[in-house]
Amino acid sequence: MAGAEGDDSLYPIAVLIDELRNEDVQLRLNSIKKLSTIALALGVERTRTELLPFLTDTIYDEDEVLLALAEQLGSFTVLVGGPEFVHCLLPPLESLATVEETVVRDKAVESLRKISQEHSPVDLEVHFVPLVKRLASGDWFTSRTSACGLFGVCYPRVSIMTHTFESTLITAVMHFRTLCSDDTPMVRRAASSKLGEFAKVLELDYVKSDIIPLFTALASDEQDSVRLLAVEAGVSIAALLPQEDLEDLVMPTLRQAAEDKSWRVRYMVADKFSELQKAVGPEITKNDLVPAFQNLLKDCEAEVRTAAANKVKVFCESLPEDSRETIIMTHILPCVKELVSDTNQHVKSALASVIMGLSTILGKDNTVEHLLPLFLVQLKDEYPEVRLNIISNLDCVNEVIGIRQLSQSLLPAIVELAEDAKWRVRLAIIEYMPLLAGQLGVEFFDEKLNSLCMAWLIDHVYAIREAATCNLMKLVEKFGAEWAQNTIVPKVLGMANDSNYLHRMTTLFCINALSEVCGQEITTKHMLPVVLKMSTDQVANVRFNVARCLQKIGPVLDSSALQAEVKPVLEKLATDQDMDVKYFALEAISGMYLFNLPTYIFSETFSFSSILFFFFSFSLSP
Amino acid sequence: MMAGVGGGNDFQWCFSQVKGAIDEDVAEADIISTVEFNYSGELLATGDKGGRVVIFQREQESKNRLLSRGEYNVYSTFQSHEPEFDYLKSLEIEEKINKIRWLPQQNAAHFLLSANDKTIKLWKISERDKRAEGYNLKDEDGRLQDQFRITTLRVPVLMPMDLMVEASPRRIFANAHTYHINSISVNSDYETYLSADDLRINLWHLEITDRSFNIVDIKPANMEELTEVITAAECHPHQCNVFVYSSSKGTIRLCDMRAAALCDRHSKFFEEPEDPSSRSFFSEIISSISDVKFSHSGRYMMTRDYLSVKVWDLNMENRPVETYQVHEYLRSKLCSLYENDCIFDKFECCWNGSDSAIMTGSYNNFFRMFDRNTRRDITLEASRENSKPRAILKPRKVCTGGKRKKDEISVDSLDFNKKILHTAWHPKENVIAVAATNNLYIFQDKMN
Repeated sequence: MAGAEGDDSLYPIAVLIDELRNEDVQLRLNSIKKLSTIALALGVERTRTELLPFLTDTIYDEDEVLLALAEQLGSFTVLVGGPEFVHCLLPPLESLATVEETVVRDKAVESLRKISQEHSPVDLEVHFVPLVKRLASGDWFTSRTSACGLFGVCYPRVSIMTHTFESTLITAVMHFRTLCSDDTPMVRRAASSKLGEFAKVLELDYVKSDIIPLFTALASDEQDSVRLLAVEAGVSIAALLPQEDLEDLVMPTLRQAAEDKSWRVRYMVADKFSELQKAVGPEITKNDLVPAFQNLLKDCEAEVRTAAANKVKVFCESLPEDSRETIIMTHILPCVKELVSDTNQHVKSALASVIMGLSTILGKDNTVEHLLPLFLVQLKDEYPEVRLNIISNLDCVNEVIGIRQLSQSLLPAIVELAEDAKWRVRLAIIEYMPLLAGQLGVEFFDEKLNSLCMAWLIDHVYAIREAATCNLMKLVEKFGAEWAQNTIVPKVLGMANDSNYLHRMTTLFCINALSEVCGQEITTKHMLPVVLKMSTDQVANVRFNVARCLQKIGPVLDSSALQAEVKPVLEKLATDQDMDVKYFALEAISGMYLFNLPTYIFSETFSFSSILFFFFSFSLSP
Repeated sequence: MMAGVGGGNDFQWCFSQVKGAIDEDVAEADIISTVEFNYSGELLATGDKGGRVVIFQREQESKNRLLSRGEYNVYSTFQSHEPEFDYLKSLEIEEKINKIRWLPQQNAAHFLLSANDKTIKLWKISERDKRAEGYNLKDEDGRLQDQFRITTLRVPVLMPMDLMVEASPRRIFANAHTYHINSISVNSDYETYLSADDLRINLWHLEITDRSFNIVDIKPANMEELTEVITAAECHPHQCNVFVYSSSKGTIRLCDMRAAALCDRHSKFFEEPEDPSSRSFFSEIISSISDVKFSHSGRYMMTRDYLSVKVWDLNMENRPVETYQVHEYLRSKLCSLYENDCIFDKFECCWNGSDSAIMTGSYNNFFRMFDRNTRRDITLEASRENSKPRAILKPRKVCTGGKRKKDEISVDSLDFNKKILHTAWHPKENVIAVAATNNLYIFQDKMN
């Protein structure tokens, strides 16, 4: 197609360049994502002098295009000529770092951080540091928020390498301090969220002398949204400081945060509790965090209690070993007991998802005496989610005290969930059945739960019937084929004579799921006759599902059964009056015998008989 | 300097501009439904019943035209909302803009929230003055070139062009309101805002459109027990955790978002005890609050009911610190105002930049201003008659009984179809925008 005079290898690149400003966003996006191809074709020189200046001003575009651009530029160093020229990437990234869309800005900052590593110390000081300063003192808060994320990466390298060590660092701290007291809450939030990271790159002395005051100020900001971000910074700072300084420098502020007037700040403390615990070490945990945690568990706001309840297990696990049991028994457990009968369902369900984990920490005797009664209460809770969360964690208890202790209370809870009016609840409990069966053992299962599992097969919601068939398969995997033959297969096959065609179809779906785990003998002897018999069902949906079922169980059957029994039935179905039955029968035929046939045999031009001809010629040839 | 409302010695109000068609028969879609200055006062936005938003920008003051200080000219016009149909409820959703709120400026672009009954949209208004030029595969006129002629690659260059203002929808906050949205208000943390409908208040994050938090829900389990609805809501200008909402019963509740995630329990309850002697069939209707606004200082709030404006000190819940009668002469007319539905008109109110004066609308294209320090008040009229440039607005008087004096207008001759519901005061200067049906009047002070 290409002519002789031009270079046809340029054509695709030309298209890509033109599409950088196509009307269609998708095309622009595609083009931006192939920016490296464009740059490669242009060469490093033209990339620097033409492409980058163009991109620097392309900040009007849609977010997704800008996001892709910001990401691309992060790995563009080679394409502009290597580390020597990496600073050429700064202008476009600088303009991207000032757009209003947070995701784009964050990506631009991420890329800036990435390429900062590729700057030589001199370039860093000549190009990168001034950029950070420009952003930090920009007119709009967007540029100032971006600056907050850049101090951390550029200063450690500058400071070590150059003579102006002290002064650069001091300016950095000074700029950061200005940002921390910015007029707009957006910048203070950005500063607050990056404070911990900035602290990590500073010398300990600077952290103590400069960062701590900033942290204290941000943690008592008038804006809730700033204070709550300071909590996280506090955790990072605490991890940096030596044990003896913690008490004086960060603990007063953190204590204050745990008792903040705003529930959102307290929530944040609860949410970050494990990290905090790790950062401050065992002594402070014992003296300070335990009472703080107790308060959070008793907080007046349910959201805070939920967050704290979620942490109960992790908190207890990480307590110092020597006093763990005493602390749990005397301080934590009383609060947990209250939470079990909390008024808010989310609190209870958060607790239910972790409470079982306490049994491994407390051991058999304490579990039986103190935790078991709580499990039993939660198993009878009015909200299904609470009960489900308990049931889903049964394995923790089983390891410690064995499940027998619970089984008497478990059964009514399971039965109730199994019959819950909300199908999503029924679906959830079905998913735990294999786990329960494994824990409770085959006898208990046969006696109490088997009938439930069979009842789900005729549920009026399809999703439940589907999950129930899948459940049967998992049960057979656990209990074995012999168990299947004695208990569930007869019941499943019995449904083939049901008057409701949906139930008859369920038989087929069960066979689909069970044939493999039950093995050839059961499938051929017991299941196949039933399937074949159903091929004459009066409902077309059943008939085409017979065809699909035969295709599915085909690999399990032996070849004589296939030839003698399956083939004639499929042939007959292939002449069915119903379009769908025909289609699936043909598909089954081709799926089972004619693997290598070209697909055109399905095209309209081929008559039905010619397909059968193919089928015969293949199956008879050996 | 801004102490006067115009009646005193300080300054007089004079006409500056009028926007909108002069035609007598007004198209429904052209009726202005909200007016709002941005934080700097350089931009002024109006929304109308046709779902359009018009933004006016103040011209730079030029030295050679000393007399005309910064006029407002159209900067951008765009269709914010379209009429929709809710198929599930068989309800039409009007495109009418109920509220516009500006966001503080964050970069060279400007952002505003606009809401109709159900949906809130975040709009970005930005300028573009460069255009890319140079294609590889087509010439400047857009004609395709033959591909085999490509011998070199061309990177487009950006060339200056005429300034273009673009408005683009950045976020759409939908599906959170069952009833009609009456208020939106940006929080002072600048990352969240609230939206209120008749029975619920939701809190949104400006960057998250797929979920909002319900912070107030006054819907009773049984709708027959419904006795009051939310009429307006606003965030405190400085304290990010405080907001207020007013009700159709004439009360205001102040809530603290720090205390709990759900603000069903209020922290403060502002209510003036009713005077039993003036109780009538209309008492409850006219006490319904149509607008609530915090003062810029955050110390006071102002509420508008049908006949009066009240200023409340946030520290005093049992009665307002100031009460101003807007059109007390209508008290005897309530019966006919009820019959023509005017009694349900929702008048808004606004503060001047220094909180020393307040303004609200009335009928007959009259609007009222009250000076809080001197307690002086004035009635002015937005009309075409004295719309000569720099013409001083004459105070109007309504005859309130007795013999009608010269220059006075009798209550019976007031035109109740001409109502001023929406007004806005420049945040720093004495410039006001007054929406009179489909016209927007801009007045400013005349320095002496």
